[in-house]
Amino acid sequence: MSSVASPVLQLHNITKTFGSLVANDNISLTLRQGEMLALLGENGAGKTTLMNILFGHYVATQGHIEIYGKPLVKGSPKAALATGIGMVHQHFTLAENMTVLENIILGTEPIFRLRHHLSTARAKLLKLSMQFALHVDWNTLVKDLSIGQRQRVEILKALYRDVKILILDEPTAVLTPQESDKLFTTLRLLTGKGLSVIFITHKLKEALSGSDRCVVLRHGRVVYETATKGIKASTLAKAMVGGALPEIKKKKSTTSSQQLLSCSNISIFGSQHQPLLDGINLHLFKGEILGIAGVSGNGQMQLADMLSGMQAPDSGEIQLEGERITHHTPREMMSAGIGRIPEDRTSTGIIGDMPVRENIALEHYQEPGLSRFGLLKFGSIEAYAKDLIKKFDIRCPSTETPVRNLSGGNIQKLILARVLSRKPIVLVASQPTWGLDVGATAFVHEQLLQAKLEGSGILLISEDLDELLQLSDRIQVLYKGKISAPVSPDQVNAATLGLAMSGHLEEFSQQIGQPAP
Amino acid sequence: MDILLFFMETGFWIATIRMATPLIFGTLGELICERAGVLNLGIEGIMAAGCMAGWTWVYFGGDLWGGVLFAAFIGALFGLLHSLFTVHLGLSQHVTGLGITMLAAALSSFVFKMLLPKATTPPKIIPFANLDLPWLADIPFLGPILTHQSPLTLLAFFLVVLVSYLLYKTPVGLSLRMCGENPLAVEAQGLSVYTIRTGAVVVGSSFMAVGGAFLTLSAFDAFYIGMVNGRGWICIALVVFSSWKPWKALLGTMLFAAFDAMQMRVQQQSAMVIPYQFYLMLPYIFSILAMVIMSRRAAYPKALLIPFRKGER
Amino acid sequence: MRLEQRENISPYLRIAAPLLAVLVALGFCSVLILWSGHSPLTAFLFLLKGSLGSKFAITETLTRATPLIFTGLAAAVAFRAQLWNIGAEGQLYAGACMATLLGTGMLPLPGWFMIPFLFLAGAIAGGLLLLGPTLLKTWFSVDEVVTTLLLNFITLLFVNWLVFGPWKDPMAMGWPQAAPVIDSAVLPILLPKTRLHVGFIIALASAMITWVTLRFSRLGFEIRAVGHNKHASRFAGIPVRKTILFTAFFSGGLAGFAGVSEVCGLKGYLTLDLSPGFGYSGIVVAMLAALHPLGVVLAALFIAAISIGADSMSRSLNISNYIADVATAVSLLSVLAAMLLARFRLRWR
Repeated sequence: MSSVASPVLQLHNITKTFGSLVANDNISLTLRQGEMLALLGENGAGKTTLMNILFGHYVATQGHIEIYGKPLVKGSPKAALATGIGMVHQHFTLAENMTVLENIILGTEPIFRLRHHLSTARAKLLKLSMQFALHVDWNTLVKDLSIGQRQRVEILKALYRDVKILILDEPTAVLTPQESDKLFTTLRLLTGKGLSVIFITHKLKEALSGSDRCVVLRHGRVVYETATKGIKASTLAKAMVGGALPEIKKKKSTTSSQQLLSCSNISIFGSQHQPLLDGINLHLFKGEILGIAGVSGNGQMQLADMLSGMQAPDSGEIQLEGERITHHTPREMMSAGIGRIPEDRTSTGIIGDMPVRENIALEHYQEPGLSRFGLLKFGSIEAYAKDLIKKFDIRCPSTETPVRNLSGGNIQKLILARVLSRKPIVLVASQPTWGLDVGATAFVHEQLLQAKLEGSGILLISEDLDELLQLSDRIQVLYKGKISAPVSPDQVNAATLGLAMSGHLEEFSQQIGQPAP
Repeated sequence: MDILLFFMETGFWIATIRMATPLIFGTLGELICERAGVLNLGIEGIMAAGCMAGWTWVYFGGDLWGGVLFAAFIGALFGLLHSLFTVHLGLSQHVTGLGITMLAAALSSFVFKMLLPKATTPPKIIPFANLDLPWLADIPFLGPILTHQSPLTLLAFFLVVLVSYLLYKTPVGLSLRMCGENPLAVEAQGLSVYTIRTGAVVVGSSFMAVGGAFLTLSAFDAFYIGMVNGRGWICIALVVFSSWKPWKALLGTMLFAAFDAMQMRVQQQSAMVIPYQFYLMLPYIFSILAMVIMSRRAAYPKALLIPFRKGER
Repeated sequence: MRLEQRENISPYLRIAAPLLAVLVALGFCSVLILWSGHSPLTAFLFLLKGSLGSKFAITETLTRATPLIFTGLAAAVAFRAQLWNIGAEGQLYAGACMATLLGTGMLPLPGWFMIPFLFLAGAIAGGLLLLGPTLLKTWFSVDEVVTTLLLNFITLLFVNWLVFGPWKDPMAMGWPQAAPVIDSAVLPILLPKTRLHVGFIIALASAMITWVTLRFSRLGFEIRAVGHNKHASRFAGIPVRKTILFTAFFSGGLAGFAGVSEVCGLKGYLTLDLSPGFGYSGIVVAMLAALHPLGVVLAALFIAAISIGADSMSRSLNISNYIADVATAVSLLSVLAAMLLARFRLRWR
């Protein structure tokens, strides 16, 4: 069907450079009516940049865009919206302290109208939500919605403007497998009504199951384009990475019976006294990777913050090798032997405006080796930094370079270097490969497995189910602050984990044959 | 006992409302800026510029309302400068605001000295007369209080109603509030964050300047260097106190002015016991206390102080 | 209009930024001078002559720069840690009050001990005054900009009470001023027949020490880290709250130095016109110096030269000396813009 339909959107020779970086290199693309197009590529391939050009956030350095045969005004989201392009950003563009309705009608009325026409808006939304089975309460504040609901609001926002083309940037990144399925059902409804959809993804499975056609980007270029039907996953993978996907080495079980970390009956409450962590128990043993699965926002941040010393639990106890560390500060946590890889590496893990050297020393500058009499020992710090740069292959022009100029992969290497060079007893790794390309991801995985071999216990908090299933020795699922019993990755698959991640803990327990927590 | 009797006196309420008026303008102006996500520390200087501009207009033969408009225009110009720096260039709102205050205050003093180099005592003008509304005067208690006010006070009350309506009931208010909460959401809906924020800062700054003009055109009849005397900073504290809501801002300024009027009375009666300087400190101390009290509950606009740069995410 | 980040910032551009700012300020003032009916060239000549034209003029400029170095350092240190201390004016007076309290005869100490003692006491007073708003910031997250600003007014009223009330010098023929400091507390004059005093040397030394602290010490490392990213600093184990409190004490102390130096070096006693806004000009000095302690010295000299020069220009040309304040304010705004342009490139579409 898609091959006969007329093109609604054509990108011609789009090139976009940021300084010396070429994000998009001469990209041409066609979208047809009623088509579902997957824009596939690994992190950093230029997918988001391309869509931001299409939606007018960026202006292309070269090239032009045609929509229904007419040229699109450059650099104007307003023009894009007016011609019928809608975009659902990966990081939702919603104001949390405002109602759903306010978020949706923003910008849809003449700005100097003397009052909102709310009843017309409600009627239209009601019709849309019935038509596409997108149910949200209009009057709640966005901050009270779940991630899945927020995404529905974003889609409604676009539909409310009668868009003909919908772009979704990594729409499943924060959804459970079940929610993802629901999303694709919705998208199919849309294409059925004649809309065209482009979704950006780095997940092969999604591109294969969800799309009519795939366009693969690598290093800013279109390297492969195909109808999805009948194509093999390995072909797409090869196009995406430019070779075979790196295999994760067979897991060796190195778990011993020596318990390193135990959290008992941990609870943390939010500002409205709602439980963020609700009576959590977990035990981590020497030489194992314990995976924590779950959709973000279910207590992962609190768990990681707590073990990083950023937030003390309201009740319960944490022990490291039998020592109580419940109320340790970040520095005390580190000296007790906990290494931390933070979830948001650029805003928590590093200080972007400071040089590489000082960022490497950031956690240990006060120790006798690196400072004396209140003064820093510059020579020692420089040597220390150079040593780690070499050992962990951190690519940087010099130790003086501000660390924000490094790529995401190199920043993560720096953080890994800082932590792993101390041989931590326990490593708390939050989303360690989020947003990294295949090479950097493989590097991180290797380092984690190496640390495990050397006897560290690793708590791996991740949203990437494949990563968890491949690396972990045991997996526990967090949902609304509660944690499931541990399961072995051999016992479960992504779908079963998805049940637990969306709160169906009982069904989950039945499927794995264990009592509910 | 005496203190309680104040509240029954019309004189006390007349003074309270008069003292509240410049603060209402200033607080409302600052509130508009901050609701759009821009802190405007230029307020102290913009009020001074408003004082000066309004007075100059009238002193050189213009009429009083012309003076108010001229002050608003000058305020808008400084607002434009502030928004050029903070909105378009994304510079530090703290430092830019202080710079605007310094510039506006210095320019006002300079221009005043150049226009009237020989003046030893501040030259006077004829300020706004009290409201002449017979039907209003007949209302018991409230009547005399309201008719002893300048028309500018009426304007201030009207603006509270207007701003409140615009903010919560109209598309322009919605987009302004959204700019203060999440500018990316505004841009993604096809509106220009730059335009909305600039508009908010320009309008807010002109309100501030009118607040300044009230001082020379209504409260006093002459211009003195340094006559704003921290009122701008107090307005910023009052915005926090009012949780960025126009009606609460009105309440806050009235409460504040009532305290101020009260301390003046007490001061007159007990000047011998406690030196007057300590009474003069009270407004500033109240402002600090107000900020401390409200800080826990402060629901400040999420994007306040954060510059928005297009194409950077 | 768009801003595009430059990948490499050339060092020339960094130095060019403040110079450009100064040019813009002078250009703006030329317009004002033209409006007042004079030729800008003549006016600037008078300004230059008044500030640098003679040995005496130069010493006057250096004398005026002394408090500006202190307040400029106070702002630079605080701003480095993203602590917006706008209260240097009040802290200056706190230091001045301490010098008056202890230096006017209460403790008859010898000079070699008295002067360091008074500086220390003044620094403690200034530091403590900033500690209040800083604690409110760290405990209740109350914005320190407004509290430090308001505290300036409170402090000035307090000083007003002191010099009109309990500290009023009966020998001052009714002027509101405190008694002069005793001889051992007076800062020695550096050059005979000028007003340039040892305070200037202390200011230079303070700039040096501040630079070493920020660049080479653990505290300096912590201040910079906290200033760039509080959250990441806390994560890395840096005691953020303690660092901010230290910074506050450091910054307030430097402003307190300014007060001691003015009382013991220039005026000899506490008055209400001790500081014509040195605390606020200090912010401009710090920004012109891009928060670099050694740059503060240069920037302070520039601002001092402008204001000394403007005084003399206004005497000869009948142009109000408020033009110095205008120039100061314009240089602040233009240095902000210039530094941005050093980091970013302007692109029109």
